[in-house]
Amino acid sequence: MNTALSWIKAYVPDLDCTDQEYMDAMTLSGTKVEGYSRRDHNLEKIVVGQIEKIERHPDADKLIVCQVNIGSEVIQIVTGAPNVKEGDKVPVVLDGGKVAGGHDGGPLPEEGIRIRAGKLRGVPSNGMMCSIEELGSDRMMYPEAPEMGIYIFEEDVETGSDAIEALGLHDTVFEYEVTSNRVDCYSVIGIAREAAATFRKPFYPPQVVVTGNGGNVEEYISVEVEDEELCPRYCARVCTNIQIGPSPKWMQRRLAASGIRPINNLVDITNYVMEEFGQPMHAYDLDTIAGHKIIVRRAKDGDVFRTLDGQERNLDADVLMICDAEKEVGIAGIMGGENSMITDEVKTVLFEAASFNGANIRKSAKRVGLRTDASGKFEKGLDPHNAEAAINRACQLIEELGCGEVVNGMVDVCGKLRTETELPFEPDQYNKLLGTDVSREEMLEIFNMIEVRYDADADKLIIPTFRQDLLRQCDMAEEVARFYGYDKIPSTLPNGEATTGKLPFKLRIEQKARDIAEYCGFSQGMCYSFESPKVFDKLLLAADDPARRAISIANPLGEDFSVMRTVSLNGMLLSLATNYNRRNKDVRLYELGNIYIPKDLPLTELPDERMQFTLGMYGEGDFFTMKGVIEEFFESIGLHKKILYDPNAGKNFLHPGRQANVIYEGCILGYLGEVHPEVCDNYDLKTRAYVAVLDMPSVIPHATFDRKYEGIAKYPAVMRDISMVVPRQIMVGQIEEVIAQRGGKILEDYQLFDIYEGNQIREGYKSVAYSITFRAKDRTLEEADITAAMKKILNGLEGMGIELRS
Amino acid sequence: MREKLEQIKAEALRQIEASDALEKLNEVRVNYLGKKGELTAVLKGMKDVAAEERPKVGQLVNETRAEIEKVLDESIRKMEQRVRDAKLKTEVIDVTLPAKKNSVGHRHPSTIALEEVERIFIGMGYEVVEGPEVERDYYNFEALNIPADHPAKDEQDTFYITGDILLRTQTSSTQVHEMEKGKLPIRMIAPGRVFRSDEVDATHSPSFHQIEGLVIDRNITFADLKGTLAEFARELFGKETKVKFRPHHFPFTEPSAEMDVTCFKCGGKGCRFCKGEGWIEILGCGMVHPHVLEMSGIDPEKYSGFAFGVGLERIALLKYEIDDMRLLYENDIRFLKQF
Repeated sequence: MNTALSWIKAYVPDLDCTDQEYMDAMTLSGTKVEGYSRRDHNLEKIVVGQIEKIERHPDADKLIVCQVNIGSEVIQIVTGAPNVKEGDKVPVVLDGGKVAGGHDGGPLPEEGIRIRAGKLRGVPSNGMMCSIEELGSDRMMYPEAPEMGIYIFEEDVETGSDAIEALGLHDTVFEYEVTSNRVDCYSVIGIAREAAATFRKPFYPPQVVVTGNGGNVEEYISVEVEDEELCPRYCARVCTNIQIGPSPKWMQRRLAASGIRPINNLVDITNYVMEEFGQPMHAYDLDTIAGHKIIVRRAKDGDVFRTLDGQERNLDADVLMICDAEKEVGIAGIMGGENSMITDEVKTVLFEAASFNGANIRKSAKRVGLRTDASGKFEKGLDPHNAEAAINRACQLIEELGCGEVVNGMVDVCGKLRTETELPFEPDQYNKLLGTDVSREEMLEIFNMIEVRYDADADKLIIPTFRQDLLRQCDMAEEVARFYGYDKIPSTLPNGEATTGKLPFKLRIEQKARDIAEYCGFSQGMCYSFESPKVFDKLLLAADDPARRAISIANPLGEDFSVMRTVSLNGMLLSLATNYNRRNKDVRLYELGNIYIPKDLPLTELPDERMQFTLGMYGEGDFFTMKGVIEEFFESIGLHKKILYDPNAGKNFLHPGRQANVIYEGCILGYLGEVHPEVCDNYDLKTRAYVAVLDMPSVIPHATFDRKYEGIAKYPAVMRDISMVVPRQIMVGQIEEVIAQRGGKILEDYQLFDIYEGNQIREGYKSVAYSITFRAKDRTLEEADITAAMKKILNGLEGMGIELRS
Repeated sequence: MREKLEQIKAEALRQIEASDALEKLNEVRVNYLGKKGELTAVLKGMKDVAAEERPKVGQLVNETRAEIEKVLDESIRKMEQRVRDAKLKTEVIDVTLPAKKNSVGHRHPSTIALEEVERIFIGMGYEVVEGPEVERDYYNFEALNIPADHPAKDEQDTFYITGDILLRTQTSSTQVHEMEKGKLPIRMIAPGRVFRSDEVDATHSPSFHQIEGLVIDRNITFADLKGTLAEFARELFGKETKVKFRPHHFPFTEPSAEMDVTCFKCGGKGCRFCKGEGWIEILGCGMVHPHVLEMSGIDPEKYSGFAFGVGLERIALLKYEIDDMRLLYENDIRFLKQF
């Protein structure tokens, strides 16, 4: 909300502070000021001048030479402006002065434009007559200004006086950010009340006088409200003998500063009251209202209505309409209809000030695709009491501005109005919540300033109806805090029962995952939780793959963000591809993020959110690099038992011969593999890439940070190497299984130290060599122990068709 | 005998003197002190010496041996030193050659910020908890005093799955889960991913992270809120940091505030970074609304508390001067490597 400070000062005349002080103090008391702009920025040495004489320029057809009286003297000014004549009073910037902009009204230069005396085509010119654009303003603010040329004062202003003053430009426009609970502050009066309380100055709101020049409103109009829930109050008054004309300058300036274009006295009055009281009003031409009757009712599904901007609007039964005896004349709280709009020929005006259900207005505005200043205010849920004050204020202005005559009385259709809230006055409770020691007197002074009354007999606070946000004691404590000053409240630390700070086990494991991934050269990425359903095809998932059962977002940002991911690979592959296509070498990334597995579709229960530890890489390294990371991680979280790798992982998106499920204690904890070349193509990733995904909820039950020291071996180890010729299809994992099972208690370790396929080995076979270590904890091993163990191992291996090489 | 020993000694010393390598010195040791060496030979010849002379001769031999040994050891030590020195001289390297680094990976800047915040609050006795990202309407809105027709619930901000299930828009939902557990006092922070229906641009992302904080105990005051968050700001941004609390409105807290910190680039004087204001908005906070306590089964007559919410990305962007939020989700390694 934008408002000129001069308007606020009209109701808080004692306000005396700099713009910056005002902004800071208002922000600290809860009326946040986003910024401000001075209207006289870069305007220096500009006075009212009267043109006494105009002559042609001797050497230029398009220039004229003016003698301009600036009060103290008459100066000569050369201009090219076509619109001035002798006797005109105009703003004149003197030698050495400054204007804000150029005559074309483009963007204003930061430093303004300095004006110096000089010569134009040889004729001396000692200043410049200004257009409204040069004064940093425009024809929205000053509709009387000519489209091209010098601004000419319409009213009588003193020659030689400050032209900026005369134009009302010694003013500042402040931009407020009003919080949604402070409906009352979407108005000049509301902000002025806050300003008065903030600076502890008296507040003089406009005095509304109920006027009337005779007649009886009931003879002009009747009102029927069919849906009281959507329209708790409807006030109507009538003005006759309307004389349309411009509104006074002061009203135009205030409206323009608020960003509202002045139109004519009638429209300006409704807009002025809307700004001043925060109550939107509507004016109808009564002669267009059939049967002189207003009916407030819901539209019918499928109805179409033409609003006064000429647009067709589609309605439904939730949209509230203002109708006359025959037809709809306006969408309640949003916009009037073309069929009843005010024209310059209007004779009799019907004013409407109503109160509509805020939630319904918000919904309707969305439904009809039209948000207006009015609907924006109604959405907040206005105080029905305000409607009466506002409509009377409008009638008062009609009369004061000589715009017409006011018919006596008001039609007021009104359900049960809200009453003033009463709360016991509990100063100790406020101090207890705030941690302060504010005196009871100061609290009462604060309440008084914001029009919360104190009933001393009952020791009660009486809350005005416009403060719909003050419902409980904590709300009153906030009022005390705001005007006492948040900055004056002390800073302490809670001193209750001591609590232990801790990171839960799951998060400690995730932290470990990050540490290990980073030790292994992987950097952490972050990916979106939602993605396109096309991802499933990109990953070559089978038509019946359970991962295709994904949760859809009802209102996504577009198809690319429309389903909750059920596999974490897409984000990783996109990230790898981004890096690859930016020519980054040797990229290793990891991500920790959830996938979302629905228990049912459509959802009735919350889905299973499963944290995935996803690793991806290209460049240096291969399948076994990835495998190494998994094993480092498992070791770091206490998974010390044998990890099995099952090549039959069945992942379509991985290389069929280079993939494995990671199995621990019989549970699948995740998988790893080389990305299928077709998937790489789908992601525009023109290199081999490797990924691993660990399902953390499966990993965590096996994890532990407990460690038990096992004594360092005292007795010597004995090593035996075996060299084998193995049928190609046998995996070393199978060999290791035999060694592990048959090595007995004295088997300490076994390491693959050579594997070879080629020249010396016959077709279909490979050469494999292991180094096996034996050790006993309690004695030095004897040859017989080792021979026995080796024999068992070798027998086992031979049983698999493996030959021993000598 | 004595002369013979003197002679042996003199000859040994001469040979030591003449040795120019460790091997030669070892030869001297073998030749004179070894099992078949000359001094041993003298001892072996003791049988020819008169019995009463033997101790004397023995002593004389031992003295000679000791003297030779001493000189020999000294020479070996010096020789070894010379050899080592010579070796070191040949082993000079160019220390400016490139380092061989283990290419350790890097944490995401948001995670670094998260761990900083966690560290600070764990130190103050807070437990880290988590809540679901796909959430029920009740926990995200209603239990936080945001009833059905509240503007904050507008579809334009919230991603809905069904009428009742949505993607949480704030980690505040975790407050409610924690309060419902009924274990008091509570001191918790809840980090996590949240979602808003904002198009991706330099300052917006449809998915980002927040950290919610909640303290509930007897006699918790607004002053406690101020003190706690001021301490947090000093820990996070440096001990010179000052804080400013501005009144604000959140449906689930009353009184509510926004906290600004002095700009950590200019210290509050005003610079390009803080747009000349000297202050930077960091978080929203307030005293937990009594109705919120009531709805979660906590008696507001006995207990009070405060809550706050911090945007992680906002902190990361500010702390590391990242000017485009999209960088956080692109995962370009050249970006990640800088943290």
